[in-house]
Amino acid sequence: MNHLASKRNLWFTISLIVIVPGLVALIFSGLKLGIDFTGGSLWEIHFDQPTRPEQIESALNGAGIEHAIVQHSGPATDETYLIRMPEVGEGSAQKTALEQALKTEIGPFTELEFSTVGGALSSEIRNRAILAVAIASIGILLYMAYAFRNTQNPMLYGMSALVAMLHDVLVVLGVFSILGLLFNVQIDALFITALLTVIGFSVHDTIVVFDRIRENLAKNQGDSFEHVVDYSLAQTIVRSLNTSMTVIFTLLALVLFGGGSTRMFVLALLIGTISGTYSSIFNASQLLVAWENGEIQNLFRRITRRQPSSIAPAS
Amino acid sequence: MRTRTSLTLIFIIVLGLMAGWVALPGSNFDIAGFRAAHPVREGLDLQGGLQVVLQAKPVAGQTLDGETLEGTRQTLERRVNGLGVSEPLIQTRGSDQIIIELPGIENPQDAIQILQQTALLEIIDPQGQYLPQGTLVNTTLGPAEDATGSSAATPAASPAAAGSATPVAGIQSPSGPVYETIISGADLKDAYVTTGATGMNQVVGFELQGDASSKFFQYTSSHLGQPMSIVIDKQVISSPSINGAISSQGIIEGVPPTEVENMVIQLKAGALGVPLEVVQSRTVGPTLGRDSLDKSIFAGVVGLAIVALFMILYYRLPGVVSVVALLIYTAITFAIFKVVPITLTLAGIAGFILSIGMAVDANVLIFSRTKEDLRNGKTLSQAVESGFTHAWPSIRDSNITTMITTFILYLFGSYTGTSIITGFALTLFIGVVVSMFTAITVTRTLLRVVVAAGLTNESWWFGARHAAVAPAVPSPR
Repeated sequence: MNHLASKRNLWFTISLIVIVPGLVALIFSGLKLGIDFTGGSLWEIHFDQPTRPEQIESALNGAGIEHAIVQHSGPATDETYLIRMPEVGEGSAQKTALEQALKTEIGPFTELEFSTVGGALSSEIRNRAILAVAIASIGILLYMAYAFRNTQNPMLYGMSALVAMLHDVLVVLGVFSILGLLFNVQIDALFITALLTVIGFSVHDTIVVFDRIRENLAKNQGDSFEHVVDYSLAQTIVRSLNTSMTVIFTLLALVLFGGGSTRMFVLALLIGTISGTYSSIFNASQLLVAWENGEIQNLFRRITRRQPSSIAPAS
Repeated sequence: MRTRTSLTLIFIIVLGLMAGWVALPGSNFDIAGFRAAHPVREGLDLQGGLQVVLQAKPVAGQTLDGETLEGTRQTLERRVNGLGVSEPLIQTRGSDQIIIELPGIENPQDAIQILQQTALLEIIDPQGQYLPQGTLVNTTLGPAEDATGSSAATPAASPAAAGSATPVAGIQSPSGPVYETIISGADLKDAYVTTGATGMNQVVGFELQGDASSKFFQYTSSHLGQPMSIVIDKQVISSPSINGAISSQGIIEGVPPTEVENMVIQLKAGALGVPLEVVQSRTVGPTLGRDSLDKSIFAGVVGLAIVALFMILYYRLPGVVSVVALLIYTAITFAIFKVVPITLTLAGIAGFILSIGMAVDANVLIFSRTKEDLRNGKTLSQAVESGFTHAWPSIRDSNITTMITTFILYLFGSYTGTSIITGFALTLFIGVVVSMFTAITVTRTLLRVVVAAGLTNESWWFGARHAAVAPAVPSPR
């Protein structure tokens, strides 16, 4: 535990192993976007008697909705279904027709939830979501640079925290891309909320570690940077784990016992929190060391040096 | 120092009791109706209801300004009030949207139709009176309740003039006379801003279609010099006098210059000022909401219990202190939710529960530092003070970044029209602020009291002598 920094390449590799599968899924199939981002309607209904998704689909098809996706909302024995379909207005004649079709072909049902988002609005939400994540990142970077203004390299701390944060965002996005592929899990505006919270938590965690490094650097000026980072980590690791543990406990309770409509939201928070804890100890601080030791600069130099030779035309 | 600590302790106890009293569920132990007046405000997803975002779609040539949108909002508010929903929310959003939340509404489909319908425009025969603006009237096309749903019909309309009106059979007017409708919105072909006879002032011009023009000609020629009333949604918006016989084209003079534009828009688009289109709607059934609330509360209690258990097992005496601090934190936060009031949504509850975890963090930071300083040979009371001083920068910096995030979340939420997201951001923000407060005052004071009371001089109680718990810390020279 005392020499975490010396194994930094191992920690980076572990991160890569976690991120790469999700990243591949993200690149090749992306995320399954919910109606908040694509427009459309989401309908959750509960039938009094047993039925099957295919039956609901055919009933809707008969009423003019061709591309409805019907899923069980909870366990298969619970007759609650989630229907995703093109935009249908609340209170419109079309909706009344759909209700009628379901009632006559399957039986009476209770409407639990019905949401509709117009196409134009959904693209606005998408743009704002990207903007929100971007502004949050910049705001945090600036605050970090301010909070660490008395160190030799304030931007280094901000950038390292940012990379660790990006790590957590990629982990969450990757997992949800895979979940989308396997279980057709869609992301909605609430997912963006989770993502922004993860960003906040990740930096929250990183700052506590950085804060200790800052303090120890001032106290022990003769030590090597790597050594200072090492014992700063040793001093904070228990606190990091304990804090994350309490957050994870509360989130686990929410995933297990909380209502179904926020389950995916809390799951995103949970994954982000675990990743955030890992990245603040094993990525952010290690990046500081790698930069101070010139390893990152070397890596860049190697890349840029190799490039001209491969691009140069054979003359 | 002693007296200050005891004063703070008294303050904390009083604050804790007050917050606990407000936060308590139900409405027992009420004083002067305060608790009854501040119930938990449940969001749509908890109590069920309807949320609609309406997008203004200006008619050709119409420019949408803040005033028009606000006027439309007020009209919608009047209609909503007729639906009998408690605590409805009708807000303008951005420059061209209106957001409506109707908690607990039983018939969302009907509500949407009532909100969206273009209002009825009528020109009525006011029986020679100059009906004041805002008067609710019954007309031959229907009584006032039809449009507004309110039973407060025609408070200002004088019943004296009832007589020559020709009520259509079957329509009962509970109070006030029934005025004859000469022209309705369907007869109107166009409305525009034009200049009056003198060419100096702006007036409202209008054009009628086919059949209506002959009917209107008959009426205006027989009522020269008398007033007529323009009525929208059974509410008089203007009572100009008839200066000449009008057939297909006419002007309305005497409208205040600032009102001309508005009236043209009202004539064209109906009382909504601007046509509206539903771009987003969300209906939550009451059963789902109740179910979610129960589950979330259960999850919250379980989460809190596990955290409390963990803290006590790991940090012993300080753990107990932190659990007390945590309970006070929970009470204060929940009391704030009730008093402000903050609308509680599912995501908001999640934010609240998440902030419990974060509130513990400040305690963990303080305790870790205290433990370290004990090991470095400080006395218990010294370690408590230095532990706090050392932990403070981390607590401050980490919480400020969370505040930055919640602030941006709030902006994002208010633009995407989801009270779910703004609710989450608000609860998390309040949680972070209160947790900083409880860490600074409650945890510190309680620790001081525990130490000062001589409850223990044993640093074991702070978990500092137990080798198995302590991490190996390389001595920073």
